[in-house]
Amino acid sequence: MSNTVLELRGITKIFPGVKALDNVRFDLREGEIHALMGENGAGKSTFIKVIMGVHQAEEGEMFLNGEKVNFKSTRDAQKAGIAAIYQHVTAYPHLTVAENIFIGHLKKRFGVVQWGEMYKEADRLLGELNADFDSHALMGNLSVAQQQMVEIAKALSLNARIIIMDEPTAALTKRESEELYRIALKLRDEGVAIIFISHRFEDMYALASRVTVFRDSQYIGTYNVDEITNADLIKAMVGREINDLFPKPEVELGEEILRVENLCRTGYFKDVSFSVRKGEILGLTGLVGARRTEVVQTIFGVEKLKSGKIFWEGKEVKVRNPAEAMKMGIGLLPENRQIEGLILDWGIGRNITLTELKSYVRGLFIDEKKENDVSKELAERVDTKAVTVFDKASSLSGGNQQKVVVAKALGSDFKLLILDEPTKGVDVGAKAAIYEIMGELALDGYAIIMISSEMPEILGMSDRIIVMCEGRVTGELSREEATQEKILELAMAKHTSEEGGE
Amino acid sequence: MATKSGRTISSVRERSAKSLFLRWEFLLVLIFLGVNVMNISLSSNYLDAYNLFTNINGFLTKALVALPMAYILLLGDIDLSVGGNICLSATVLGIVFNSTGNIWFGIMAAITVGTLCGALNGLILTKYTELAPMIVTLATNIVFRGLSERILGDGSTGGMQKIKWFTELYYGRVGNMVPYLFIFFCVLALVFGLVMHKTVFGRHMFAIGENKKAAAYAGIKVQKVRMFVYTLAGLICGITAVIYCSWMGSVKSNACEGYELEAISMCVLGGISTAGGKGTFVGSFIAIFIVGLLRYGLNLINLSGQTIRIILGILLIVVVLYPTIQDAIKNRKKKAVK
Repeated sequence: MSNTVLELRGITKIFPGVKALDNVRFDLREGEIHALMGENGAGKSTFIKVIMGVHQAEEGEMFLNGEKVNFKSTRDAQKAGIAAIYQHVTAYPHLTVAENIFIGHLKKRFGVVQWGEMYKEADRLLGELNADFDSHALMGNLSVAQQQMVEIAKALSLNARIIIMDEPTAALTKRESEELYRIALKLRDEGVAIIFISHRFEDMYALASRVTVFRDSQYIGTYNVDEITNADLIKAMVGREINDLFPKPEVELGEEILRVENLCRTGYFKDVSFSVRKGEILGLTGLVGARRTEVVQTIFGVEKLKSGKIFWEGKEVKVRNPAEAMKMGIGLLPENRQIEGLILDWGIGRNITLTELKSYVRGLFIDEKKENDVSKELAERVDTKAVTVFDKASSLSGGNQQKVVVAKALGSDFKLLILDEPTKGVDVGAKAAIYEIMGELALDGYAIIMISSEMPEILGMSDRIIVMCEGRVTGELSREEATQEKILELAMAKHTSEEGGE
Repeated sequence: MATKSGRTISSVRERSAKSLFLRWEFLLVLIFLGVNVMNISLSSNYLDAYNLFTNINGFLTKALVALPMAYILLLGDIDLSVGGNICLSATVLGIVFNSTGNIWFGIMAAITVGTLCGALNGLILTKYTELAPMIVTLATNIVFRGLSERILGDGSTGGMQKIKWFTELYYGRVGNMVPYLFIFFCVLALVFGLVMHKTVFGRHMFAIGENKKAAAYAGIKVQKVRMFVYTLAGLICGITAVIYCSWMGSVKSNACEGYELEAISMCVLGGISTAGGKGTFVGSFIAIFIVGLLRYGLNLINLSGQTIRIILGILLIVVVLYPTIQDAIKNRKKKAVK
């Protein structure tokens, strides 16, 4: 058995109000690729940031080659030979490859930067990785896969013995992924230890010898890859009980209100088709990068469609901007409510009335008394915790801000509400309230599309579930047949079901 | 109706006297009074109504563009091209008048050119939303003035004073006392103020200035509103050009230089944030008179133009700092409470 190079014990990291990591442990052996898996929000990224010294853990110890270490910053971690390659490459697009590689540790002699030496060294590293570009190329002109290669070269130039890769294959094509596997295996054979985070089972099987699973900020277990089955692994990742947080009422479904056929937006999604009926709650789920938000933004007219058809109440329609979508009767509650859903500096009343200002006009001017009274009623209908309708939206908690966004949608004459991650960043109490409102709206005959990454809420609230993976619909499940395992399988389906597709 | 948890939300705004005194508009009124007191003490002639109106007319010509400028700043935009636009429109008025002999053609041409120039700004900025309004309008300002220079060279175009009624636009007075221009300005300001604070369009402007993304998600046609406001500014530039010609009787290519900065400083002094989304029209209205009358007063004691500029500049810095000062005062109070 080879040596343990990195070991973490009892790591607990607390953010205001949330335990992001709860007594987590992990160990990494020399020359090993160790997969780290878990659902969105399981704590993987936070864990990486603790290792890299971006976050300091409240409790727990970290040992590097048997010695206790305590990184105060990324620089400390890099000096100790640990490098991380993040999901979103953080590069300088206007600098050359070599400049990007050496930006943090320029080679200097007598205070003069040794460019010649660095370009030579960069080319050597790129050659080792079999790169098809040279160190003079501009970073911004490279593909994501090539940029990742630069990041790996950077890690090597720092003499990293431990490399952490956070979902590196999420944005890669199949061939690019295979190229990455080759590099990862080559590094492993040279004795580098790699922590590989991914949602794809395929990555894990191709690379890892062991896999550790986190769930709900906790350590679940570490398994040998050739000893665990797919099903067991999924169970480990999702296996929690669903309580009755979800007051989903039985609703008699009405006629179809929206149907989309073969929606396509180049570079984002392709062949997306589904429909939703009055009184129905349609769950739209998938992992990060499934392009769910992009699909509904297109339906709402925020982004342009390349091809495909949208039918509203049976008639084909073109939606050019949100105003048109709203006129038809579609309301969208954006995921990023602080930026897209609310004007934080305004009172909640003005926020609520913004979409339907015209209905408060008497003569030429806005009737502010009527405006305030209506917004008060709407705010009360969703049980907003506020003193007056003039309370600034920024003064409310995340959950109550979301309620204001819901109230805003209720003020309009919508028939279909699209809720993008409605409970993201919302505490349990407010969550329950939002589910209750959703149930009531369905009873009132609203059609609802709910985008969510949270399994319990998708399973608890949806009549029907559409699963997406990397811009494609990979499956549709009815409320009865849906299980967490089935959803997760579909959410990771693309690359197992599409062998040889490229 | 109360909420399920029995909570009620009030829809009545509490107005405390304290918050009124802390408001910027209140301070502006004080400054306005202060300026007047200073002017009265400087010159016994100051309160002579006829003279006063003569002077007010002078700065109201500049102040006309401050009205749409308030909208533009409210949107989080800026328009540095108004000076060039007025100059070009006035030039066209003179040229068309002199070549056709008909002042009406000149007026129509000036207003058309002004509006088109404004629309051009709007078109560029809404078509290419990634461009910075400051740079684009700085460039169009140079283009507009350059065109005027191209047309006029070192010379000028004039002769408008031969048309009696045309000069009356600027010099005419009701009852030989209150200038037409003053009345026109007040009516226009009232309309601008009501639209800004009382209508859907006004509220949409505030929303865009605060948060363009949220405004778009709320179904507001952000680019349409911007296009309209820039075009409106162009229209007012055209009108200003007409009044300028009525006033001066001739146009040179350096006419109306610096009007844009004067208009912007009036708005900013009035409390309209250049970051967009904040401010009141009343504030700008008072600020227009503060700047105008302060200039007049400092003129009365024969201060040089340069010195007046320095004083106005310092005043602007204080204004921009005011919210920071206000926050500091509030925080100190909070600490004291703790």
